[in-house]
Amino acid sequence: MIEVKNLFKSFEGEFVLNDVSARFEPGKCNLIIGRSGSGKTVLLKSIAGLIEVDQGEIWYDDQKFSHLNASSRQAIRKEMGVLFQGAALFDSLTVEENVLFPLDMFTHQNRKEKLDRANFCLERVKVTGSNGMFPAELSGGMKKRVAIARAIALNPKYLLCDEPNSGLDPETGIIIDNLIKELTVEFQMTTIVNSHDMNSVLEIGDKVIFIFRGCKSWEGSREEILKTDNEALNKFVFATNMAKKIKKP
Amino acid sequence: MKLFAHIGTYLLLMRRTFGQPGKHSILYRQVMREIEKVGINSFGIVVIISIFVGAVITIQVNFNIENPLLPTYLVGLTVRDSLLLEFSSTMMALILAGKVGSSIASELGMMRITEQIDALEVMGINSASYLILPKMIAAVIFFPILCLLSIIVGLFGGYLACTLGNTIPPSEYIDGIQYAFQAYYISYALTKTVFYSLIITSVSAYFGYHVKGGAVEVGKASTKAVVQSSILILLANLILTRTILG
Repeated sequence: MIEVKNLFKSFEGEFVLNDVSARFEPGKCNLIIGRSGSGKTVLLKSIAGLIEVDQGEIWYDDQKFSHLNASSRQAIRKEMGVLFQGAALFDSLTVEENVLFPLDMFTHQNRKEKLDRANFCLERVKVTGSNGMFPAELSGGMKKRVAIARAIALNPKYLLCDEPNSGLDPETGIIIDNLIKELTVEFQMTTIVNSHDMNSVLEIGDKVIFIFRGCKSWEGSREEILKTDNEALNKFVFATNMAKKIKKP
Repeated sequence: MKLFAHIGTYLLLMRRTFGQPGKHSILYRQVMREIEKVGINSFGIVVIISIFVGAVITIQVNFNIENPLLPTYLVGLTVRDSLLLEFSSTMMALILAGKVGSSIASELGMMRITEQIDALEVMGINSASYLILPKMIAAVIFFPILCLLSIIVGLFGGYLACTLGNTIPPSEYIDGIQYAFQAYYISYALTKTVFYSLIITSVSAYFGYHVKGGAVEVGKASTKAVVQSSILILLANLILTRTILG
């Protein structure tokens, strides 16, 4: 479980996060949604510890992450898998080496055990026969899959995904979303997905948090989102003319 | 004030670079990779430049001391001391700052803007130590080798100028490069090179590691890395020369 309490963050005097509190349950896909610039990436990066918040608490189960020293934070980070918007695969390493990377860094397994684990993860995300390829040779969807394989290599308890289907066609995007959902349930991870894609919300959003101008404006399930009377959320969800027609009746 | 901010950030980065290194086996593997990237891949440019510079110095010195009172072996002696004292350490370091420094800054800059450094950090890896320390170790090990290579090839270039260009008799040139030889000059050149290798790798890494923005900023960081490294090399040259030979 991940919990954030009363998070505040400002850049040059302007609040990007303004008193945000939320609880993210294990085994569920927790979605953070909002317009571009609403503060959702800052929230996700704060949770990952890449941005220091000005005020507030971040809890990983019973550990107050925001108040831990560097070495204790590192211990939690080893249980954390992060999928970045651009996949963030290491350019100089092959697909196999990318997935082996966390295993090399943090386990004392022998070479065969590590290779077995890397191949298991790659097969699990349906990437086979590309072990020797470099990231530059992969399509956007393949990169995301390999990044997911790398993120789950160490069996993480927490999975943080920043816009996992950005830059992908809707069909591939849904495949990636469903993969995240399957892995979340299979490994009982606490998954937080940052998205502004309504397909993702309706497909995998067990719990949805809507961020508006740095504040948590709404919280609920994907079913509830269609019936909400939150004006800002309605504008966001039913932005297209086609969606507005769905809302009218 | 901006200068102090840069110095402070640089020192903090160096503290992280030398703190908490990862597994020794991984560090060893990274150092080997970096030796290939920053060292072995620089062999070609060092050989080409040194051979031509050695030849040109020989021709220029011979041209300038065409005086019956001055012995011709002085050409060899001057070429040797020019290479040992200045060219193969300082001038070669300036060239390597352009080649290796810009490569380090752009590599780290691209890793920063494509979130690869963030990926390392969220895995719990000390990204500064993982990325920068192997480059510094590789440069400290290999740049002195490049310096020695430059001296040898430069002297050979001078020899070629004697044999192919008919400047002075090759035997006089060889007498000259052996005349009043002081082995101390080699340790002086190598000491300077070690300092230069630290300057080139750490300053370039600093500019690359702290890139914010996109491809344009990576290009700017690369340029800054070369310019600042070059200035610091020249400053270090003055301080080291005054301290060692003073």
